[in-house]
Amino acid sequence: MSNHLQTFTKGLVKENPILVLLLGCCPTLATTTSAINGMSMGLATTFVLVLSNIFISLLKGFIPDKVRIPCFIVVIASFVTIVQLVMQAYVPDIYATLGLFIPLIVVNCIVLGRAEAFASKNPVFPSLLDGLGMGLGFTLALTLLGCIRELLGNGTIFSLRILPETANMLLFILPPGAFICLGFVIAIVNKFKKESH
Amino acid sequence: MKYLIIILSTILVNNVIFSQFLGICPFLGTSKKTSTAMGMGAAVLFVLTLATLVTWLTNQYILIPLNLTFLQTIAFILIIAALVQMVEIILKKISPSLYTALGVFLPLITTNCAVLGVSLTVVTKEFNYGGVAHMLSLGESIIYAVGIALGFAMALVIFAGIREHIDLMEPPKGMKGTPIALITAGILAMAFMGFTGVV
Repeated sequence: MSNHLQTFTKGLVKENPILVLLLGCCPTLATTTSAINGMSMGLATTFVLVLSNIFISLLKGFIPDKVRIPCFIVVIASFVTIVQLVMQAYVPDIYATLGLFIPLIVVNCIVLGRAEAFASKNPVFPSLLDGLGMGLGFTLALTLLGCIRELLGNGTIFSLRILPETANMLLFILPPGAFICLGFVIAIVNKFKKESH
Repeated sequence: MKYLIIILSTILVNNVIFSQFLGICPFLGTSKKTSTAMGMGAAVLFVLTLATLVTWLTNQYILIPLNLTFLQTIAFILIIAALVQMVEIILKKISPSLYTALGVFLPLITTNCAVLGVSLTVVTKEFNYGGVAHMLSLGESIIYAVGIALGFAMALVIFAGIREHIDLMEPPKGMKGTPIALITAGILAMAFMGFTGVV
């Protein structure tokens, strides 16, 4: 059981896909203009990650080794299309803000990376936990970054006003702020990593 | 004139990296040396143009007549993956020298989100080049792709040049590597924001 727990928690902190492994930078920088956008993007990716991990783990006996990558991509792309259609139907506002980055989950290195490194070698249940852990780790990092950028740029977190409007620094909502925030967050993580060693 | 506007706006105003955030992974990964950056830039230019041509034609003459546009994502990523493989095999046969220069970068390009991003953008979004909003024609799409790739290559080479200098500096320990690179990219992005409104 502790083994399962470890599979689940390693994605949250120790092997966090963004803060530690630095995978999937494009959606991280593009969609974290506010906390809610970052969280929606994270949850959409988590959904794809969990389902593609389950299916690839189920199909691992049938997929010939030589063409495994195209097969993985087809499985992932199918789930991405499902997410795309569902979001378009039920949350059109969020879909419009995230825009292009929903179909681009297909080329997110985290999803293909977990399929190749974990799901194609492990049974279904651990693959599910691995996908969930990694996905939630991704969501956590995206929400954190979204909170920081929304707070600095707009004075709010999840649209709740914290700082007065005069303190807004628009730069942090604009593209340069994304790079700078992520840079500082990773620097802080690096510092803690060095100290814990 | 219209083509010039598209080129200028994709290279400078809506730079693929600094304002659209596409292709950040290869941007951070292959920008340690100027020579590698140029190789990657050339490979992206080649594949992006070709991929946009093929996916635009597929969309126009297969997906739209059959009412299958919801399959765009799946169809395009498969086309791009196959195309990259094919380019690799053809280059190896026809021009071994070009293959040795670009070869290592080609497999990386399948997962470069700029390629899928651009092929999806040109068939789904309306642009306002030359007064009226309209879907891009084939010629405009190709020019758009070339502009994006040139913008990518330019950003990559500038950034690699700066990073070569950063390597000689001594930043605080935690800042070393990616964090300082990201912050540099942020400052570069600020410089590119100066182009807003030019076109």
